[in-house]
This record gives sequence, structure tokens and C-alpha cells, in this order.
Amino acid sequence: MSTSKAISLACYHCGNDVSTKNISIGEKAFCCSGCKMVYEILQSKDLCNYYELNQRPGVVQDKSKRSDKYNFLDNADIQQKLIHFSNNENSHVTFYLPQIHCSSCLWLLENIHKVNEGIISSRVNFTKKEVFIVFNHHQTSLRGVVESLDGIGYEPYLSLNEIGNEGGSKTDRTRWYKIGIAGFCFANIMMMSLADYFVSENVIDYKIELFFKTISLLLSLPVLFYSATEFFTSAWYGLKNKYLNIDLPVAMALVITFLRSLYEIANGAGNGYLDSMSGIVFFMLIGRWLQSRTYQTISFDRDYKSFFPIALNVVKDGVIIPTEISKVKVNDVIQVYSNEIIPVDAILSKGNASIDYSFVSGESLPIQVNIGELIYAGGKQLDGLLELVVVKEVSQSYLTNLWNNPVFNKKQPLQHSTYDTIGKYFTYAVLAIGLIAGMYWLKLGETKLMWNAITTVLIVACPCALLLSQNYTNGNILRIFGLNKFYLRSPEIIERLSQITHIVLDKTGTLTQTKGSNVKYSGKVIDQTIQSDIASLLKQSSHPASKLVSGFLNIQNVSEVKDFKETDGQGIEGWVNEKHIKIGSPKFVGGEYYTEKQGTKVIVSIDGIIIGEYIISNKYRFGVSRLIQSLKKKYTLSLISGDNDTELTHIQDLLGKESDVFFNQSPQQKLDYVQELQSAHHLNVMMIGDGLNDSGALKQSDIGIAVADTGNNFTPSSDGVIDSSKLANLNTFIQFAIAGKKIILITFSISAIYNIIGLYFAVQGILSPVVAAILMPCSSITIIALTYGLTEWLSKYYHLKEVTK
Amino acid sequence: MSVIIILLIVSILIAGGFLMGFLWSVKDGQFDDQQSPAQRMLFDNELKINQTNLKNTK
Repeated sequence: MSTSKAISLACYHCGNDVSTKNISIGEKAFCCSGCKMVYEILQSKDLCNYYELNQRPGVVQDKSKRSDKYNFLDNADIQQKLIHFSNNENSHVTFYLPQIHCSSCLWLLENIHKVNEGIISSRVNFTKKEVFIVFNHHQTSLRGVVESLDGIGYEPYLSLNEIGNEGGSKTDRTRWYKIGIAGFCFANIMMMSLADYFVSENVIDYKIELFFKTISLLLSLPVLFYSATEFFTSAWYGLKNKYLNIDLPVAMALVITFLRSLYEIANGAGNGYLDSMSGIVFFMLIGRWLQSRTYQTISFDRDYKSFFPIALNVVKDGVIIPTEISKVKVNDVIQVYSNEIIPVDAILSKGNASIDYSFVSGESLPIQVNIGELIYAGGKQLDGLLELVVVKEVSQSYLTNLWNNPVFNKKQPLQHSTYDTIGKYFTYAVLAIGLIAGMYWLKLGETKLMWNAITTVLIVACPCALLLSQNYTNGNILRIFGLNKFYLRSPEIIERLSQITHIVLDKTGTLTQTKGSNVKYSGKVIDQTIQSDIASLLKQSSHPASKLVSGFLNIQNVSEVKDFKETDGQGIEGWVNEKHIKIGSPKFVGGEYYTEKQGTKVIVSIDGIIIGEYIISNKYRFGVSRLIQSLKKKYTLSLISGDNDTELTHIQDLLGKESDVFFNQSPQQKLDYVQELQSAHHLNVMMIGDGLNDSGALKQSDIGIAVADTGNNFTPSSDGVIDSSKLANLNTFIQFAIAGKKIILITFSISAIYNIIGLYFAVQGILSPVVAAILMPCSSITIIALTYGLTEWLSKYYHLKEVTK
Repeated sequence: MSVIIILLIVSILIAGGFLMGFLWSVKDGQFDDQQSPAQRMLFDNELKINQTNLKNTK
């Protein structure tokens, strides 16, 4: 990688750094042949507008592709599950394309009929990252469509979990209906009430007044019985679980307001408070909508099934049959290609297996597996074709067993939010005031004023202001988090973020990058010829460590190697240019150069003398040490990893002496550790992890945050997903959430002033509809303006406003 | 004074018409995806053929 920006070239397709100059067309340089291929397809189809709309809009295409990758899509069973409509000519299908991110994507995907003639039309849903395709199945096939998409760089995300979902996800539109109806009714009731407020009593004709009131009453019915239903159901749900949530006083106030208005209208005593009631419902619904605009594209509930492919190539009597994964049986022979995941426990029967378990177990270096050895489900083959004999079916494999843990079936407990508690005390206080006022009037013998006072106090008692400030603040915080690629499952997580006391980190894939390791040489100075000799020997071995060091040396011309011998898991030796070279573990070579422990070591000795060692260490993500330094000041930290302990000293230094650091932990041990922190130490634990091995711990913790690499579409089940490039900002996000809580309390206190004014009138039994109608919008608008202004100001303060691509 | 009643009915009917329009557009899925149309309108020249095709197949 070049260090100076002036020299470094960016790939014309995806914008990655270009390391070799070999891949280019004219002046356009590409980082890999995959990107170049996409460009060539687009150029040949006259679709280069793709590159005009946005600079370097593509997604890196460095994965190798094989022509029979989508063979399984010719299988009628699988086709039937994916296609949601089909007639004599056309079929309809919806794909989830996680790569969709800019207007170029939209333009290209909606012009895909130029790439594949059989596609009749396509329509992108940008929010859901889905594309709806209609194709003529006589001209092309489902496989053809998928191959066209893959060809232009948009590999559809096909998985077991999503399969069976009838054509894409559905959006809930009821909230829109509710808001629309509440808004309509509120505006019209307000219009009729205004006449009453501005005109002195005797001017309006009795008949007209009655007409106005009837219409108002009719209009308020859909508000109460349709738009406001969610407050009643939520209150009822809370009551059933013996838990007083904030919706209960709201629902109570709504009912009392309505009954009181009904009484006034029937008695001819006045207009009632219908306008205030429908207004508050309208504002609260908008607040709820703002808060619930969570991220449709991100699935927070994925299990291992989404991680596995949908089909496997099963070899039967020399014929390859693509088979749905659930139909793969024990003793079947399966084929797995480079960069594919092995979804079953199986024994290797043919091929060179170099398995990357980083996602499943947390081991950072790939593991070499010999013929006859067992490969666990979830491992990813790195290089070359494998043949395996299935030992256990998907549903019974080692990995899937983790999902039998009760944690995964546990229902989410009811969240006791602070706001519910405040709402409760607020309601109690106001009720007490109402009762006192009522008793006072009763003592004076003014029964009519007493009823007036009690009901109007109850109307004012509605903690709508608290609900409003909570919804609007959380809504805006979620939006700002989203802009910064930090996605939360639900608004309640914001409050939980502010209560964290302990943070548990995973190493592989979370603190370190998933791809690439650092290789460092330390030892005697060696010249080019010796380096070339070492490289020659290394090239003979397919062990992952040999490959890493060989890649580090980057020497092309090699010498002949005699008497090459490889000892499994230990090292290699052989004669190169009359020198006996041994490369491998300290035990194998017989010593170390430096004995300090700091990474995986590959020792080199020539003719029995140790000349040096290559140290393979993890590449940490950008800003990790800065993040840990800032987190250390406020929280206790611990690290739990499935990897070996070669980085122990480095991590212990990073986290500090007093932090727990564990290595070689199984997924179950990770889960147990989090549980112990919670039960024995009463800590509020936040777990940050990335892989399937963290799933249990993420689920068990109070907040589980999954780290996702760009372009990686799998994240384990979690409460939030953070883009790996933004991990360094995690502490800022937490501080922002804490500040958000303060904003809610501040705005609520301010709005309480309105409640006090209202109470002042109410206890005297003279809270007129006019006063209510003025107080209600004033209070709501103050809250909305304040929460918006304060959150925006805070996001600038925390530098969360600089939106990057 | 009864003219006010007529006016009121007319005004509510008109507003009701708008409400119906809104509900119809929600039902039609116009609010499902608020991002793509905003981007799509920037390059509708080439898309016209595509859109008519879509309507025919619906």
C-alpha cells in the first residue's frame, strides 16, 4: 500500500487502493480482476452512466467466482420457494441486495434489463435494499437472473432463513392510517371549537351549536377508538403483567377527557375538551412514528441459518446434484469450493483444507485439516475444492447445538424504563392534588365544582409531555446514530446504553480486522538470496502460516527444494541451495530468537543456527486503542476470546492490569462469563462481538452490540449493529445516549410548568376548554422544538454531524 | 345562519376527500419507500420504458 496520497490510485469501480498496475483499461485502474470484469460488462451494455452518477460507486469484487455456483437455483423445489408469483410467461421474484447504497445502484439495477434480455422490469426498494424483478422464464431462468445480478456486482443474499418468506418483507402501514385520521379529526374539531372560543355565548344559534358539537363528537370517535388504540392495548398489557407503564395514565386521561366532554355536550354545559384530546393523540402518534423508524434493512434476529448457504453440491455416483441443505443426509459426499462455508460437521476425504474458523470460534489464523479429520460446521474453506463426508446433519452439528441453550428461547423481559417510573410518580402526585382539591370543594359544599376540579385535574395529569419528549428525543437520537452507521434495534436500547457499568469485548473480528495479519521479521539481517531460499521452502507448504510469511516475503522466482518434509502442525524442513533450512514452531526448530511472547511465531534456522523469526500478529482496527483508553476511564472492561493467548501481553497492557482477559474460550464459556458478571457482580454488561461464537454472550448481556464489516451481511442476533469503521466512536455514542436521557428530563421539567399552570386552573374547577386548548399545543410545540434543538446541538458537540459516505 | 352548516359540511367533505387521498396513497405503498423515488426522479429519462413495462405487468 502506498503511503503518500498523491501516488495512491483508487479503483475506478469500488474506490479501494490499487496495489498493482496490471489491472487497468486505458487510464482506469482497478484493484482486482473482479472489479474490472464488472466494468467490462457495464461498458459492453452501454451502462457506464453508473460511473457518472457517483464516483466509484461499486462494491469490491475480489471474491473468486465459479460458473456453477448457482446450479442449485435450477432445482425446482428451491425455485418454488424463491419465486412468489408465476404465470405462463412471467415470474416475480424479490431479492435482498445488501450492496445497495447509492443512486448509481438504483439506476443500474433498474436498467438490468439491458444486461439480461429476459428481465422485463425491475424496481428497487432503497429503504429495504430489495429489488423486485419480473422476468420471462422462457428467455431466462431464476439462475440466469441471479447470475446477471452477481455479474454486475450485486450478489443476492440467499439464505435458509429468508427463504420461505413470501416475497420480501411487508411494511406496517397502520401507523400512517392512524396518524392521517387523527390529524384530520384534530384539525376539523379544532376548527369548530374556535367558533366557540372567540364568540361570546349568546350570539351563536342554538341549533348551529348543537350541530357543531355533534360533528365534533362524531369526529372524536375514530381518534379514540382507532388512532389511540395502541395506548389502550399497551396499558392493558402493562396491567396484565402487574406493571404500571406510562401508557396507563395516558389512556386513563384520554378516557376521562372523553367522558367529561361527552357529559358537557349532553348537558349543554360546554364544548368539552375533544380538540385537546385529539390533538394530543395526533402529536403522540407522530412521536411514536419518529421513534419507531428503525432500520428495516437490518435484521437483528439472525441465527446460524442465515449464515449458511441454501444448497450444497452432493456427489452421487460421480454426478453432482445440487441439494437443499436440509435434505443433506449423513454419509453424503459433498463438495465445497474456495471461500464457501461448510454447513455440516464432516470428515475431509479429498482436497487441501485450510479452514478459517474465525467467525465460529474466534481463532484468528486458519487451521489446516488433514484427510480423515473432522471439520466443524461454520468453518470457511479458503483455497481449493474439497470433498467431505457428512457426519452430522445441519440441525445436529456442533455449532447449531449452541442454539439449544435456553438463552435463545428466553422471552425478552419487560423493560422497566425510568420514564415509566417518573410517569408513575407524576400521576400519583397529580392524583393526590386532585383529591385534595376535590375534598376542599366538598367541604365547602360545592359539589359541582368538586367534580369539575377532580376531572380536569385528571385531564391535566396525563404525562403526555413526558411521553412526547421521550419519543421525539429518542427518535432523533436513533436517526443521528443511523447517520453514523450505528443501528439500534429499538429506542429502549438508548436508555439501557446509559446504564452500562461493564463492557466485555471479543478480540477476533471485533478489535481485530477479519482480513489480514501483520507479519514482522526480527532477527539477523538476511540478504535477498537467503530470503529467496526461505521463500522457496515456504512455497512447498500449504500451511496458513507458511502462506502468510510467503506472502510477506513476496518473492516470485524460487529455487529447487530437495528432501522436503512437513511435520503436521509443527513445521517444514528441506535442502535449498546446499543449505538445510528448518521453519516452524519453537519446539520444532529448537529454540527462539527473542523469547518474548507477542504473537504467533515462525522460527527459521539455517544449518542448525537460528537466524530469526517471523511474528504473525493480528491487525487491530483503526482507533481501537483510543477507544479502549476512553472506555477505561468510565467502565470496567474485560476481554474474552476464542483465540489462543499469543496476544495476551499486548491486550493486558491495552486494557490495564485489573481487567479480566481470557483466551481459548468456547461460545458456552463466553455466555457463562457474562451471566456470572450479571448475577455475582450485579453489573450491567454490554457485550461487543462479531461472530457466531459471541451469539450466546450477546444474547445474555444487557446490551449486545455486533460489529459488522462493510459488505458482510451476516451479524449475529444482537441489540445493535455498529459498522466496523465507526467502532472507534463507540464511547461517543454511549455519552450521547446518556446526554439524551438528560435532554428528556430537562424538556419534561420545562413542560411540567404548563402542567402547573393547568393545575392552577383545574384545582379551582375553572379549567375551561379554551385554556386546555391553548396549553396543549404550546406544551407540545415547546417539547418538540426543545428536544430537536438540543439533540442537534449535542450531535454537533460530539462531532456526530459530519456525515461520511 | 344555516348557510354555515352547509359550508361546514362542504369543508369537511373536501377535507375528507384529501384524507381519502392520503389513505389511498398509503395503501398503494407510496410511503413504504421514501428514498428511491427521490433518487429515481433524477434520471427518469431513460427509465420511462422501464416504468411502462412495469405497469403492463402489474
